[in-house]
Amino acid sequence: MIAESMYQELILEHYKHPQGRGLREPYDAEVHHVNPTCGDEVTLRVKLGDGGKVLDVSYDGQGCSISQAAASVLYELATDSTVEESLSVVDEFTRLMQGRGQVEADEDVLGDAVAFAGVAKFPARVKCALLSWMAYKDAVLRSQA
Amino acid sequence: MSVPSFDVERVRKDFPILSRELPGGRPLVYLDSGNSSQKPNQVIDTMREHLAQHYSNVGRALHALGSESTEAYEAARDKVAGFIGAPSRDEVIFTKNASEAINLVAYAFGNPINTDDRFRVGPGDEIVITEMEHHSNIVPWQLLAQRTGAKLRWFSVTDEGRLSLDDLDELVNERTKIVSIVHQSNVLGTVNSISPILARAREVGALMMVDASQSVPHQRVDVDDLDVDFVAFTGHKMVGPSGIGVLWGRRELLDAMPPFLGGGEMIEAVWMDRSTYAPLPHKFEAGTPPIVEAVGLGAAVDYLTSIGMDAIKQHERELTGYALEALREIPGLRIIGPRTVIARGGTVSFTLEGIHPHDVGQILDDVFGVAVRVGHHCARPLHLRFGIPATTRASFYLYNTTAEIDALVRGLHHVQKVFG
Repeated sequence: MIAESMYQELILEHYKHPQGRGLREPYDAEVHHVNPTCGDEVTLRVKLGDGGKVLDVSYDGQGCSISQAAASVLYELATDSTVEESLSVVDEFTRLMQGRGQVEADEDVLGDAVAFAGVAKFPARVKCALLSWMAYKDAVLRSQA
Repeated sequence: MSVPSFDVERVRKDFPILSRELPGGRPLVYLDSGNSSQKPNQVIDTMREHLAQHYSNVGRALHALGSESTEAYEAARDKVAGFIGAPSRDEVIFTKNASEAINLVAYAFGNPINTDDRFRVGPGDEIVITEMEHHSNIVPWQLLAQRTGAKLRWFSVTDEGRLSLDDLDELVNERTKIVSIVHQSNVLGTVNSISPILARAREVGALMMVDASQSVPHQRVDVDDLDVDFVAFTGHKMVGPSGIGVLWGRRELLDAMPPFLGGGEMIEAVWMDRSTYAPLPHKFEAGTPPIVEAVGLGAAVDYLTSIGMDAIKQHERELTGYALEALREIPGLRIIGPRTVIARGGTVSFTLEGIHPHDVGQILDDVFGVAVRVGHHCARPLHLRFGIPATTRASFYLYNTTAEIDALVRGLHHVQKVFG
């Protein structure tokens, strides 16, 4: 019953009570990412401030518990941090997700996102976890362009 | 007509995979036959025997193995022809799958080397499909429309998951070149009535194709009774191997059509600047075909015949009735498709309120060993029609039992506990 370990309490909590959900103004860039294999989608906006501060990450989308919870956790981690800090979290999260369950997660960097470690054992679900995180990276790059 | 006795436990013994255990000691509950079916020993052994004892290329090698292999390959064609009541074995074309069969027909239209008027397509002409098609019966026609400037139109689907024929006479009209519709929906389970649409197609001189991928495995399908022009289906959904599909077409039309793929085996004579083509069916079978797969499909047809298609249909009807009833007790479960067994096959798709199908499928598989399909099942427009991104789909076959449906229901209750 590996799947039940994938559905950590924290993931279910974020799924049932998503943080920061809904698209907000103002924003510097908006992106729309889809996962064609399952139809999950997310629209995500970022608003950056002085000194690379992330003022807001707002999003809306539809999808499974993993994709929705991942967006919620991303919101919490990125908002009020800096572009540099948040992108290093994205990189660490990506490394963890693509590690096929063989990668030890750096909890100091990942914080709550470490709860997704179990997802890495399910290749079909890795894209669900990464959907909003990749959208965030894309949006940040576009707002800096 | 009397239905031969059907013993599901005896049938299950023919399918070795059904008695395997999944990691963690879970029994396998395979409810994904609409996606691809499992294979009986009779098919596995026949393919193994062919590879071990008779294998060689077909249609060209003059040695003993060449003739044994050719004989087995062509015997498979005879079996398939008999199975679907084809007036001639030459009308049975082996393809890679149903998608290729549909593409073969689609590419015969609007092809400059085809001078037959029935296949001439251009701006002003129309192609008609339905909103409940698998992508394999949508995209080839979209491509045809793009190539030729023809217009693609479609029948809509009612809330109950039936085809709406209200605008039949408007949709199928004198501009229509071909109507291509699914026999049994791979999502809704709906079995479409072909005859009213066919009658209209005939009235206006349009050709008609049926995608029978989900019906040929589950009920007796006789191409003579259907009376359409083309029928496509695939081996892997009917206890045969993957890599082999079938196009049946009327000889007269197949003769009029240009070749689809060019290459070895489909020719009569070749010069540097031109070729003449082999007669049917080889005209449409370029290159070395899936030999062992065809032989395996022949064995699959023998197996299904030995069980009896009417018995299989009856068994699935009982399972479907049982499932529709059992799923009723689950709060928040919405069936996408007909809620009765009338004109309906054993494919039951549904949504669970507030829970994404991927989460449903993951828990069902990982906790209960219940294999279902989740997603849009290659029928995205149909899901858009119902305003949902995805469904969970349980699909039944001759080897499924009511106990397996009970396992599904138990699993769904558990899913609701986890995500509720």
